[in-house]
Amino acid sequence: MSLLTPASRLLPPTGKTIITQLKMAGVRVVVSVPDIVTSDALLWPISKDSDFQLIRVCKEDEGISICAALSYSNKRALLLMQQTGLMDSLNAIRAIAMDYHLPVCMMVGLQGKAADETILESASYGVRIIPAILNVMALTNISINNDADTCKIGAAIDTAYETGDALCLLVGQSPVKSLGDE
Amino acid sequence: MIQRDLALTALRPHIEPRDLIVAVYQTCFDWLALCPRDLNYVATGAMGQASSHALGLAVGNPGRRVIVLDGDGSLLMNLGSLVTIANLRPKHFLHLVFENGVYEVNGGHPIPGAGQVAFAPMAKAAGYQHATCFTQLDTFEAALPELLGFDGPVMAVLKIIPGKSYPRDYDYIHSPAARKTFRDALNRDESN
Repeated sequence: MSLLTPASRLLPPTGKTIITQLKMAGVRVVVSVPDIVTSDALLWPISKDSDFQLIRVCKEDEGISICAALSYSNKRALLLMQQTGLMDSLNAIRAIAMDYHLPVCMMVGLQGKAADETILESASYGVRIIPAILNVMALTNISINNDADTCKIGAAIDTAYETGDALCLLVGQSPVKSLGDE
Repeated sequence: MIQRDLALTALRPHIEPRDLIVAVYQTCFDWLALCPRDLNYVATGAMGQASSHALGLAVGNPGRRVIVLDGDGSLLMNLGSLVTIANLRPKHFLHLVFENGVYEVNGGHPIPGAGQVAFAPMAKAAGYQHATCFTQLDTFEAALPELLGFDGPVMAVLKIIPGKSYPRDYDYIHSPAARKTFRDALNRDESN
């Protein structure tokens, strides 16, 4: 979906589909600082899913390093966090993911973005600057604003690990556990 | 006080071929000169991140020993990692903190709380299984087999002075070649 398409016209992303995509991509370790956008439909279910090892970190930049180090052992991981944690981790992302060209995969809840607005038109300054920052860093970023977008996740993670390019998935609307729950 | 190069020289004979060593700053440069090996992990990127890289390696390689050669200034930048590491309790994880009280490669300025900060009690309070501090080389040397044998995570803080310092080859530690060497060795060993 385009960054300019109002998210409200489409069904919200479902945690169930996102989790399926993560499993299809071989992600078995999830590293996280809790984020209110993805808490109910993603982090809580992941925390109870024995297919995943959940590593709770104190600060998001720890997760950049953990995911990077796991990539040397061919273990696929996802760092799940809020955009505030992304911003706090930019130097680690710059040095470890980008300068070292390591496939650090991040999923970022955009706290403060309303469901009926686009990322770029968000009333929240902290939200609307994110794509520009990632683009300046040449960090691949994909918007996950609705359920149709979630089918991109598995392939994007596969590509990240095949190419070594870091990836940032921007979750612009709180996922529901499954359709019908919204 | 312990000379850093002598502490590293004391550690060297205890290193097994499959061990993963994560090192930072001057300790890294000294270690690379004293004990060059393919499974030295030198690409930690951002200051303070060594312990978190080491945790990632430990999670990915639970059958290997992971030894971190950290600095006091570096660890201060990532104190939360002590709690994260303790929470996961990697079994074969030795965290050596080389405490000299200064940012050695950034002009020698004192770290905040130099001489007052007590890293070993911090590690213990965070949940490390063992944590102790050494000011004498012979007691550190004598304790090494035990430190490496304890269930982790284990911290040993070494109060150090520089001793002989080796050249700072930043180009190498940040090079694709250093990362490839480590990756190839790790996966070559895994396939054996």
